Amino acid sequence: MSCAYLQPAAFDALCSDLLRADPAVDRTTLYLRAESSDFLRFNHAALRQATGVQQAYLTVAVERGQRRSEGTLSLVGDPALDEKRLKAERALLVAQLDLIADDPFLQRPTAATHSQRDDRGLLPDAAHVIGCVHEMAALRLKQDFVGFYAAGPVAHAFGDSLGSRHWHRVESFHFEWCLYHRADKAVKTVYAGTHWDDAAFCARLEAAAQRVPLLTREPRSLKPGAYRAALAPMAMAEILGTLGWSGFSLKARRTGVSSLMRLQHGEAAFARGFDLEEAFAQAPTPAFTDEGFARPPRVALVDGGQLPASGGTLNSARSAAEYGLPANGVGAGESPQALHLRGGSIVDGDLLRALDTGLYISNLWYLNYSDRAACRMTGMTRYACFWVEGGELVAPINVMRFDDDALRLFGSGLIGLTATPEFIPGGDTYGCRGLASVTTPAALVEGFVLTL
Amino acid sequence: MLDTLESHARHAAGRLPASTRHWAVRGVLESSERLGVRDGVTEAPSRSQDDGAMVTVVDGGMGYAATSDLSEAGLAAAFLRAHALARAGAGRTVIDYETVQRPTASGRYASTVARSSADATLPEKLGWLQEVCAAAGGEGRCDPRIVDRHATLWSVRTEQLHISSDGARTHQQWEFTTPSVQVTAHDKGVTQVRSSGGQYNGFCQQGGIEVLERARFRQSEGPRVRREALELVGAAVCSSARMDVILMPDQMTLQIHESIGHPLELDRILGDERNFAGTSFVTLDMFGSYQYGSDLLNVSYDPGHAHGFASFAFDDDGTPAERALLIEGGRLLRPLGGSLSQARARAQGYPLGAVATTRSAGWNRAPIDRMSNLNVEPGDQSLEQLIKGTELGVLMHTNCSWSIDDSRNKFQFGCEYAQMVRGGKVAEVVRNPNYRGVSATFWRSLAGVGDASTVEVGGTPYCGKGEPSQVIRVGHASPACRFVGVDVFGGAA
Repeated sequence: MSCAYLQPAAFDALCSDLLRADPAVDRTTLYLRAESSDFLRFNHAALRQATGVQQAYLTVAVERGQRRSEGTLSLVGDPALDEKRLKAERALLVAQLDLIADDPFLQRPTAATHSQRDDRGLLPDAAHVIGCVHEMAALRLKQDFVGFYAAGPVAHAFGDSLGSRHWHRVESFHFEWCLYHRADKAVKTVYAGTHWDDAAFCARLEAAAQRVPLLTREPRSLKPGAYRAALAPMAMAEILGTLGWSGFSLKARRTGVSSLMRLQHGEAAFARGFDLEEAFAQAPTPAFTDEGFARPPRVALVDGGQLPASGGTLNSARSAAEYGLPANGVGAGESPQALHLRGGSIVDGDLLRALDTGLYISNLWYLNYSDRAACRMTGMTRYACFWVEGGELVAPINVMRFDDDALRLFGSGLIGLTATPEFIPGGDTYGCRGLASVTTPAALVEGFVLTL
Repeated sequence: MLDTLESHARHAAGRLPASTRHWAVRGVLESSERLGVRDGVTEAPSRSQDDGAMVTVVDGGMGYAATSDLSEAGLAAAFLRAHALARAGAGRTVIDYETVQRPTASGRYASTVARSSADATLPEKLGWLQEVCAAAGGEGRCDPRIVDRHATLWSVRTEQLHISSDGARTHQQWEFTTPSVQVTAHDKGVTQVRSSGGQYNGFCQQGGIEVLERARFRQSEGPRVRREALELVGAAVCSSARMDVILMPDQMTLQIHESIGHPLELDRILGDERNFAGTSFVTLDMFGSYQYGSDLLNVSYDPGHAHGFASFAFDDDGTPAERALLIEGGRLLRPLGGSLSQARARAQGYPLGAVATTRSAGWNRAPIDRMSNLNVEPGDQSLEQLIKGTELGVLMHTNCSWSIDDSRNKFQFGCEYAQMVRGGKVAEVVRNPNYRGVSATFWRSLAGVGDASTVEVGGTPYCGKGEPSQVIRVGHASPACRFVGVDVFGGAA
């Protein structure tokens, strides 16, 4: 099995066939998402499911004046058949333009743009990974290993009848697993990259196995209250990701439903050392949107704890037109894809010593807003969270619910950030393998509120 | 394309090695249309056609391969890939897949549809959305306090054919319709969102255009949502105290989903989801004896519910689906788990009478244990009686926030709209209502169950689970229910 649309030539052929000048429309666009993926699920160090997926989707959109219509087809892989199906779809979409009203906020790029990224990797055969897990986790380390491996090439491409062409292909693997002690106590590890290395995988697995005995200590049940806490990068990624759920959206800001309205109104601020940006240039995210807008290298979201002069919003083309601001290369959802929080002054490796006594939170889980207007969010501790005394891990804690104001937490509550931000790939596989990521340091905070 | 799938599949499967113990093909064709009108502006219509097949091969281990190429050559390539994965896992799997008995049933299913969405024209549907969006703004000019209005209609038609080497052949056709209207109101520094069925499409049913009638979408939803949003911006924050809670069906949906549905998924109990969606506080030894809730609690798996969003006759492994009680009189009887999970539980000494609910999100995902239609059975109290029996409480509508631990125990949920209940009567509207509890004890505080007149049918199009991740449709029908002694709290302001 192979997916033809993982090669630029196949996409170029579709562009040649479908993007010819047509007086019936002002612009035709094509957006391709294709992948060839191996998915392996493990439970109790044994294989639960092994799946190979070949898929390619093409969204064709037509625009005339202030009208747009779009359709997405799964591609068969036979160029002649796909071309025929896409032409029929395009004709139907053109006919639909007569049936809809003008959208005053429809906006299209003013000039053709181009980009190309094609990162090849070195990925193992699925059988090799199954063998590695069996040898290491089941036979050698005898661990209760439960995990998920996803790997293969992912391609995104854009072309339009105005001459824009963008190609973005990455080959990567994302292996995420837990070593369970019992019940909900586990050590979580991620091994992700573009070039698989048996030795690196084994080293990470062995390091995780060495931490499991810490979980055998008698767990401590904490009382609700405010705690000094160290948030590991994985936990930080959950909080920052939740902030990205409406927080930075231009539409959400203008309609008053952003979680950062208090920041916008000057009623609250993050700490001065809190600098957050959408860093497209450093991430695996495509350098273009599905409407063909090029992404800038970075968009400042929070600068020195305050909103930057630009407003610190993610502006889709449509919102930009509606609210009279420039678009800044984000999709219709106005959600961040490549958040980057700048590092601070806590020396890497000194986090627990800086914490001294309090909570070490490895992972958070299932975050949601309990009061969006107040930027108050709730969620659960998960996996290997510990009570710490004198800078030493003392005992794992039983899961606790937090409910806290993120503006306070990273404002007056922020003691410091570690020096080096850690890149955390998203690993999202809903419908297709995602390319989003968060890059963040660990944080030391005061008064982290636990409620249940 | 499904008309040729069977013959192509049988020819392609003929090339598998003789050591192959089992094969299956599940072909899926799905078309969808999303329409929206925001603040009176028609958004670009969006259509999709998503076709493909998942093949399964058992030879030593079990392998899956998904392809959108439904030709004989495409299916043959998929069979080869699935076979290679099956061989790679041989002797290293969670169960000996060769020993698992496979379903052999044949049959058909089709959603009950009075008028298909495909039979309504685009201008007709956009006209309805314009009407609803306008009504959500106010009579005549849009109320200046309404700062955002959005009316949407999502229509999906799906056809699936599943065949296997064991003789199974099931053909199923569904139509799903999801209307929604949502407004944001702002006044004197307070912003509130109110929606018809939740901000994440909680009013979703099988059926065609008639679903809009059942939702009262065009008749009254726009004005109701506007009125309640304006009530909310003028309301006080919900007070914080331990009190009774009456949950209306569009919040019961979420309560059932998170704290009964997910904990009862058998693959979760067997540990499959511990790296992602989580584990369960329910263990294999609890079935048949554990008191999950008060004796008023009766929970059914009902794949034949007329309007249920997840009605079907066969699950995606081909097992016939039949209604069953999972919890009866508060006692836990059986989990949500398909034939494979049942075999794995049996192998551990637990011959559980689970139900057929192994499902996949589409052709490109392998099936796993899911909720389907998971319902709370009606009781004997009218809504008025539930309210009359409440000295101090809060009546909550429509979920807007949800969070629960990875064992599905400690939860915290928030709603869009609530009214205080004082002395057995509905009192003032309050905003930002939240409550928290623990699944293992919450359902034991169930003190009143509404009768059939209080039942509504909803669900979610977005139940997430699995690795690779899958978003699937789930239905929940429920009456209003009253719980006593719940930890209720409001927002920060």
